[in-house]
Amino acid sequence: MKHFQALAAAATLSCVMAAPLHAADAVKIGMITTLSGGGASLGVDIRDGFTLALKQKGGKLGGVTTELNIVDDARKVENAKQIATRMIKQDDVDVVTGIVWSNLAMAVVPSVTRAGKIYISPNAGPSALAGKNCNANYFNVAWQNDNLHEAMGQYVTDKGFKNVYLMAPNYPAGKDALAGFKRYFKGNVAAEVYTKLGQVDYAAEIANLRAAKPDAVFFFLPGGMGINFVKQYAQAGLTKDVPLFGPAFSFDEGILKAVGAAAVGTFNTSQYSHDLDNAANKAFASAFVAAYGRKPSLYASQGYDAAMLLDSAIAKVHGNVKNADAFRAALKAADFTSVRGAFKFGPNQHPVQDIYVREVVKDGAGVTNKLVGKVFANHGDAYAADCKM
Amino acid sequence: MTLVLFLEQTLNGLQQGVMLFLMAAGLTLVFGIMHLINLAHGSLYMVGAYVTATVTLASGNFAVGVLAGMAAAGVAGMVVELLALRRLYTRDHLDQVLATFGVILTFNELTKIIWGPQALFLSTPAWLSGTVEIIPGAPYPAYRLFIIVVGLLVGAVLRHLIINTRLGMLIRAGATHREMVGAMGVNIDRLFTIVFGVGAMLAGLAGAISGPMLATEVGMGEKILILTFVVIIIGGIGSVRGALVGAILVGVVDTYGRAFLPTIMRSFFEPSVADSVGASMSSMTIYVLMAMVLIWRPRGLFQAYGGT
Repeated sequence: MKHFQALAAAATLSCVMAAPLHAADAVKIGMITTLSGGGASLGVDIRDGFTLALKQKGGKLGGVTTELNIVDDARKVENAKQIATRMIKQDDVDVVTGIVWSNLAMAVVPSVTRAGKIYISPNAGPSALAGKNCNANYFNVAWQNDNLHEAMGQYVTDKGFKNVYLMAPNYPAGKDALAGFKRYFKGNVAAEVYTKLGQVDYAAEIANLRAAKPDAVFFFLPGGMGINFVKQYAQAGLTKDVPLFGPAFSFDEGILKAVGAAAVGTFNTSQYSHDLDNAANKAFASAFVAAYGRKPSLYASQGYDAAMLLDSAIAKVHGNVKNADAFRAALKAADFTSVRGAFKFGPNQHPVQDIYVREVVKDGAGVTNKLVGKVFANHGDAYAADCKM
Repeated sequence: MTLVLFLEQTLNGLQQGVMLFLMAAGLTLVFGIMHLINLAHGSLYMVGAYVTATVTLASGNFAVGVLAGMAAAGVAGMVVELLALRRLYTRDHLDQVLATFGVILTFNELTKIIWGPQALFLSTPAWLSGTVEIIPGAPYPAYRLFIIVVGLLVGAVLRHLIINTRLGMLIRAGATHREMVGAMGVNIDRLFTIVFGVGAMLAGLAGAISGPMLATEVGMGEKILILTFVVIIIGGIGSVRGALVGAILVGVVDTYGRAFLPTIMRSFFEPSVADSVGASMSSMTIYVLMAMVLIWRPRGLFQAYGGT
């Protein structure tokens, strides 16, 4: 028995001693994302996009062995905070990434950046982190929250719609969405309706909407809410007479699979589409389909781009990510080929990129997004001017 | 506000009400008769929806899917009752809440393991798609009319079952005089399992017919569960009649609130303020309704079977 204890102690000791040696030459990345509960499909897409890139690079981002630690936050603020604390204090990660939701990002990002770690946002881009409270350690590789709504405001105006009905859930991101839309929409707002967060039945709203006789509807209802609304809107026979417009969040590939033909003929704005015509995207989209058997959504592309951005920056500093200034400068250069095409960071380290409009069309057995045009070229965000870095 | 819109919103309220009734009928029986707080009732709703979507997709027949969904929810309910809930009847309500919450988590994760995290697709069956102009000038989705008919039919069948059949008599007797019924040689345990199965089947039916209209996704049951509890509290715990009246009341009040409060607010406030105040107030209406009913009738609108 004594013998065994000694052996165990020796084994433990060697592990403890081996760990720091190993960590010195590896880059540690902590991914906090939503893999269970409602909205899990977004986190799964981000994770799958990121790990695909890591796999393609042979487990080495920027030529350096990469330890990726993925933890599920179940879309809960408390979980996300706890995981972040553990990653910063205990695991001593170099980079944190992965958060899907703005409210979780708001709770976690400031503590990560304060601790001197880099945060790469593959999704959420709340306005509060883009303006006055921007941070040198915070990079957003997806979009600022308002971007896709702004593009839709512009597109609906360009298409000559004069009287538009607006709908969003009654919570901060919902209000930001409608504000973003109105920033670029020049016509008349027929009504601005805020629904309960998580609402499942929209019969009352749809009846009111019909009675208001708008030319078009702009709505932001992410996840299950969007599935419910689009299905019920089609059942009410309105899709043909009053076209639906929204950001890509209500029309990602997962949602389209659940909504089916009811979504055909609707339009949505996105910085990415799986049929974007560039070499990087063609390679990514076919690799993603081969690996996971489904088309990549915008979330998957963002996860992939987050990994590719890190790959470029780590290579630039030759794996020396502890040199914070050099690493930040390398990230800011954004010297990678984004699958969405042209990409660079604005002064607040949020994307300056093209935004497209997609139409939902029938595609063999199912329905999918088809690129129909570009709304904005090199579009930044409305908060960059407030950012003093 | 026109009369047509008002009538249309009334129909919407009725439709939401009968959907809630299907959930509430089972929950109120279990709560009132077995004195069990079953938070996992929403999980059975989810099982019904998932099985229906899967079977409908495989068989191409919605009716077959609905029957399969109901059967699956009924079986799942009875299995849960036998394995877990049976041990809880004598425990206090907090233990029941804790245990049935655990059942929710188990069902949600199992569903995700079996079907994956993405929502399932179920289209409206061809014979129910399209609209019917039941109110001139307001084409109404045929599918919602179908739900209203199904809900009212179930109400009629349940009424018959409880008032006119032997099973109904045992259910009523079991609620008020449990020991006496046992002493008369009735197997109370089996009776409870059957009641639980019937409740589960109704929840499964609600889930099954929700598929073409709502997202079939993990966690869908919890969204409807809270409203269901409001319904049975308003209706009176244990009373199926109360569940029907309470459900329709909640459905109509909630719909009117969402439909008309923002418009009414607009005559008091600026449009931008009115929209958000109206939205916030409309999500409170049913709870205000519940509070008012409880002040007037602390035990709900209808008391079950002479009251216990």
